[in-house]
Amino acid sequence: MYTYSDFDEAFVRARVAQFSGQVERRIDGSLTEDEFRPLRLMNGLYLQLHAYMLRVAIPYGTLNPRQMRQLAHIADTWDKGYGHFTTRQNIQYNWPVLKDVPAILSALADVEMHAIQTSGNCVRNVTADHFAGAAADEIEDPRPVAELLRQWSTDHPEFQFLPRKFKIAITGSPNDRAVTRAHDIGLRMVRNAAGEPGFEVIVGGGLGRTPMIGHTVRGFLPKADLLPYVEAVLSVYNMLGRRDNKYKARIKITVHETGVDEITRLIEERFAEIRPGFGGYDQELLAQIEAAFAPPVFRTAPTDAYDAFYSADPVFRAWADTNLARHRNDEYAIVTISLKAHGETPGDATSAQMRAMADLAERYGHSELRISHEQNVILPHVHKSDLPALHAALAQVGLATANVGLISDIIACPGMDYCALATARSIPVAQDIALRFDELKLEHEVGPLKIKISGCINACGHHHVGHIGILGLDRAGVENYQITLGGDGTETAVVGERAGPGFAYTEIVPAIERLIHAYLEQRTEPAETFLQTYRRVGLAPFKAALYPAEAAQNAA
Amino acid sequence: MSRPYIPKVVTANALLEGDVIYLTADDRWSRQHHEAELIEDEAHAQMRLLHAAAQKSKVVGAYLADAKAGPNGPEPVHFREAFRTRGPSNYFHGKQETAAQ
Repeated sequence: MYTYSDFDEAFVRARVAQFSGQVERRIDGSLTEDEFRPLRLMNGLYLQLHAYMLRVAIPYGTLNPRQMRQLAHIADTWDKGYGHFTTRQNIQYNWPVLKDVPAILSALADVEMHAIQTSGNCVRNVTADHFAGAAADEIEDPRPVAELLRQWSTDHPEFQFLPRKFKIAITGSPNDRAVTRAHDIGLRMVRNAAGEPGFEVIVGGGLGRTPMIGHTVRGFLPKADLLPYVEAVLSVYNMLGRRDNKYKARIKITVHETGVDEITRLIEERFAEIRPGFGGYDQELLAQIEAAFAPPVFRTAPTDAYDAFYSADPVFRAWADTNLARHRNDEYAIVTISLKAHGETPGDATSAQMRAMADLAERYGHSELRISHEQNVILPHVHKSDLPALHAALAQVGLATANVGLISDIIACPGMDYCALATARSIPVAQDIALRFDELKLEHEVGPLKIKISGCINACGHHHVGHIGILGLDRAGVENYQITLGGDGTETAVVGERAGPGFAYTEIVPAIERLIHAYLEQRTEPAETFLQTYRRVGLAPFKAALYPAEAAQNAA
Repeated sequence: MSRPYIPKVVTANALLEGDVIYLTADDRWSRQHHEAELIEDEAHAQMRLLHAAAQKSKVVGAYLADAKAGPNGPEPVHFREAFRTRGPSNYFHGKQETAAQ
């Protein structure tokens, strides 16, 4: 993976020194909160409901074992022994105290990490397909481009004061695992007629209070044009984006108000203007970065032990069926380590678990780790013969839950247990759903199903693109949960449809249970997934299951 | 007829730790909701909020939160404020943890 250049190192260290001075001046009273707030946000420091929260970027979700151990060390030294992995491939610490934050940032710099631009109206952490560099369906590893974008966007003088935050996601596969259609810019690698790789450029997607699926402004952009093209998009947005109304400031609104044709024209015009200024240095830099992302040296060994174990051990088989994905090398597998043990907080890992994953990545995974937007950890390159030993080791630290892609593999934002913006809790809802379906022993029968929960309209939990989305609201001083159905975050992205009135906290889990029973009744065969059934039969039977009293009344 | 004023407490986060704090009648900042001053007069509430907001080197984001009288002092009305008196529901962290020590 990429290692910092002298420039990166000096930049990150200089920022730590600056912020250390700013914290000192805030504590001694020379800076007011109004002055300090933008400075702390530029460095990922929020003030939440109960404490400060530090959001650390994990660029394109890639970590090495040394970095993972340092995250564990930070959790033990300055926090409460755990970290929370987020839907934007960041890690959040929920309990730092102000005076310790400079030391944490310095510890991050020691392993080439930072918290820069994890907040504020700038280009945020660029997210990528968590199977990048390993997936069988991939055209090219998208991470070199993501790293190029990270370097370009970090402290970019033109884009530090955008109308609003700006999120870029990138995937190297036609099968979109990075939710590119719900980002300000989504980049999806495709091939043109000549077989050359390039990008479909999608602009103006986003969730939040006005969910929108992005529009394709360029069906095929040659790789060499990527940086000037992204710069052209940002530049047009920076001029047109609304600064008068926070709720209309994201690029999705700019695209909506300007019109796709007009915004495309403006982007192309700006692109033509700035393209000649890119004299090829970006491509030289990209080539250097690409060299740093060279795939590991895969080993060749028999895989019979794996096959034998798979047939012999049902626990291992269940895990292999849900938590493994196809690797480009047939002898290898991509392992998803579930951070969704039933009843635990989605996305949380203890420091001991982080260290265990770092050790296992070294022993079995060519020293690579990934964080997924679905709040799990990935070992992208594991030889199949190592899978039984890996599974046994994961089981010892509570990390062998066989539920990836199933009903208990829930995305949940921190909600009102931590977040100052939340209007209701998300975590306990996720915990209760997982526990309930584990108790019913139904989840493997139900099969692939994505539940996503947000504790407010800002939709950090991606509820709009959940097959079942749950949105927690405050209705007259009581927590209330709205259900959306049929959302999809992949290349066939769709915003889910609202099912009807919301449910009280104590009613939401039974409501989900009724939905699942309706699905089991409706599906034509076990292979028909929840989403397929929903697309075939529509909202009506699910609505009837959610609101039986109304259904009975209508029938009468 | 105007609606009766819902009593308030002044609350904020402590600058250094970020912990939830409440303004007491004798001008201290307490970590306990029940030690807060229960303010039943709107004009007085605004004065107390100004007083709190002026303490820029101690507190962040002072605001007035609805409260009601209870046997041991003021109690929160809204669930958000109730969570702030305890801590998160997924771990025994925050005020519930310190209270148990």
